[in-house]
Amino acid sequence: MLRWIPALTLTLFLVPVAAGLVGTVLPSFGLMPALGGTVFSLDPWRELAAWPGIGTSVRLSITTGLAATAISLSVVLAFCSTCHGTQLFGTLRRLISPLLSVPHVAVAIGLAYLITPSGWIVRAVSPWATGWELPPDLATAPDPYGLSYIAALVVKEVPFLLLMTIAALGQTRANATLAIGRSLGYGPATAWFKTVLPLVYPQIRLPVLAVLAFSTSAVDVALILAPNTPPPLAPLVLRWFNDPDLTRQFLAAAGASLQFAVVILAAALWHLLERIVARLGRRWTTGGSRGRGGAAGRKISVTVMTVAICSGFLSLVGMATWSFARRWRYPDPLPSEWTLTNWTQQADSLLWPLWTTVSVGLAAAVIALALVLGCLENEQRYGLQPTTRALWLLYTPLLVPQVAFLFGGQVLLSWMGVAGTWPALVWSHLLFVLPYIFLSLTDPFRTLDERYVRSALCLGATPSRIFWQVKMPMLLRPVLVALAVGFAVSVGQYLPTVFAGGGRYITLTTEAVSLAAGADRRVIGVYVFLQAALPFVAFVVALGLPAWLYRDRRALRVAQ
Amino acid sequence: MTADSMPAVAQDARGLEFVSLSLSLHGDRLIGPMSLSIAPGEIVTVMGPSGSGKSTLLAFACGTLDPAFVADGKVLLSGIDVTHLPPEERRMGILFQDDLLFPHLSVGENLAFGLPRGLALEERRARVASALADADLETFAERDPATLSGGQRARIALLRTLAAEPRALLLDEPFSKLDARLRDRIRRFVFGHAMRKSLPTLLVTHDPADAAAAGGAVIEIGPTLDDETPQGETDREPDPSLGKLAPAIE
Repeated sequence: MLRWIPALTLTLFLVPVAAGLVGTVLPSFGLMPALGGTVFSLDPWRELAAWPGIGTSVRLSITTGLAATAISLSVVLAFCSTCHGTQLFGTLRRLISPLLSVPHVAVAIGLAYLITPSGWIVRAVSPWATGWELPPDLATAPDPYGLSYIAALVVKEVPFLLLMTIAALGQTRANATLAIGRSLGYGPATAWFKTVLPLVYPQIRLPVLAVLAFSTSAVDVALILAPNTPPPLAPLVLRWFNDPDLTRQFLAAAGASLQFAVVILAAALWHLLERIVARLGRRWTTGGSRGRGGAAGRKISVTVMTVAICSGFLSLVGMATWSFARRWRYPDPLPSEWTLTNWTQQADSLLWPLWTTVSVGLAAAVIALALVLGCLENEQRYGLQPTTRALWLLYTPLLVPQVAFLFGGQVLLSWMGVAGTWPALVWSHLLFVLPYIFLSLTDPFRTLDERYVRSALCLGATPSRIFWQVKMPMLLRPVLVALAVGFAVSVGQYLPTVFAGGGRYITLTTEAVSLAAGADRRVIGVYVFLQAALPFVAFVVALGLPAWLYRDRRALRVAQ
Repeated sequence: MTADSMPAVAQDARGLEFVSLSLSLHGDRLIGPMSLSIAPGEIVTVMGPSGSGKSTLLAFACGTLDPAFVADGKVLLSGIDVTHLPPEERRMGILFQDDLLFPHLSVGENLAFGLPRGLALEERRARVASALADADLETFAERDPATLSGGQRARIALLRTLAAEPRALLLDEPFSKLDARLRDRIRRFVFGHAMRKSLPTLLVTHDPADAAAAGGAVIEIGPTLDDETPQGETDREPDPSLGKLAPAIE
């Protein structure tokens, strides 16, 4: 049975993506029998090309995507290069999983209220410094250039890239390499860029591409913070999908296919950029410049990293504050009257989305965990070697833009007769939960000292007994953390819920996004706070339970 | 027909035997072809530098050989061919450099993990208690293994191995991480138990003192050059038989 798990996983995983892509591309050429499209035609593409502002939308998707990726990567690399081996590095490493779990919709909404003209930042300096007795008449969130949109993407992607970079550092001989560089007279950051980065970058290339794909095709963050005259391509496509005029579906399919092409184009541009940087970098590396102590560089990189992390944190605190506010007038830094009524009034309407969010999140995380453990155990038991290709497959749902395959995926679900059902919703979340669970569990699972298993085998324990009684207890902490990561990813999903839920299921995330368009800040605060609190609770349990169970087991008390 | 004309080995209560064994990795012969027979209560020492295939030999014996290796030949235990049995059915006890006590189980639970199935609860408790007494650690059942000293852990590790009632004992440099003062005491503890239980014992080591203390036959394998670890390697012995493979991310 174990032997079938990898195949089952890939089926559950790749069939919807592949079928989804086909189901998106065919209607873009007029083929969609359900809506009477039976003749091949280029009309949807003509209509798309003629859409006013389509060129601007595409350009906006590509520029914001490339900018967000380049900035996120720069922030992470600058931090790692200047803080390698420091205590600060260790601290951040411990915070990373909870940071990663913050839903990006919550961050985007919180950030919008942080930087809006009547938000916390302006309030903090008004009117005493700025003289603004009233909120200034500025468009900051969204702003016409997409800056706040890029900022929100950066805040979301930095923790992910940092996690992947730290993992990659662990697999290279970074410390020894750095020591050699330093002993040859290079400054710490210079030595890092010249000797460690070339080892690390190939290993984080896939995660970087995933970041690029997400940033170029994000829907939820774009709905909240991107410029909307015209919007980037992805939210525009979603608007067409949701259009009551069903003939728009063909246009939407063409748009979704174009979105796929846009992501590929962005990846090609990124690849070009990589080559240019590599060529220049090679010259720089062998040019002999040693760099200096780098104290200034370190200050700057730490500041930028702190701003990135704190703005995410402050965004959430701001929304939490709103949820308990009765009166909070500009420019008061805090509400003048507090209340619980925002919560009590919303209690009834909260219950159903809360239940959907939790039940789908738990189901998707548990199923994904079982599949991942099955694959890893199978690999170990039969001595299989993981390949690069397998890793690419794993990243597929993160590399292909969601709009490009979820539309077709919905066609597949309807054909199977399960569209708009709870299992379909779980399945759609599974596609995105699984890669993250895999990424977070693989290392701990593969690095568990294999001699424990061999000892147990030689003591006569069967492989399944070893799995349950040796591996699982020893890996309890990483397993629960992986479960929490998976749960957090599911809680954050917007587009899969919209498509697979068929409008029948709403979650805290979909509610938050639709409320963000203009509801009362205090109500939005309730949803955003609850949405961000769920993954946090999951992490508290994931870290607290093993600590409590193993309170008398010193070797399992993790220093980190 | 006289008894003299019979092969001597066949008359013994048979111990651990390797029959025309050869092991190779990517076409390079590491070991063999060799045959080796270890009688019950006998300790045979295999010596050789790191990377010479000592640990691979033990991995072959207990059935945990990495599939990358090609093995030819047989391993017999008490006259039974166990070459193709899964490790958990071979009843080969093994001790490693590290004690590898399970960190999530107490000392007593670690011992109980080794006990065979099907014993009554009372019997299990009694055996754990007697093993603890054997190690002079009567009051340690509930203790966290991480709080034990190196010598205490080494003794518990051996008793856990013996709790599973093995028919042979494999020792993979089990004394090399102990400090000099302890090493001799633990050696005597391990060898004494192996003798008393009449276990055929195969010890691999690169410490001549181990071989001397074992007192049995010594077999040298691998290149005689004493060049231990290649430069640039870490201090940890690269052991391809562990089959621990870093994910191949390119």
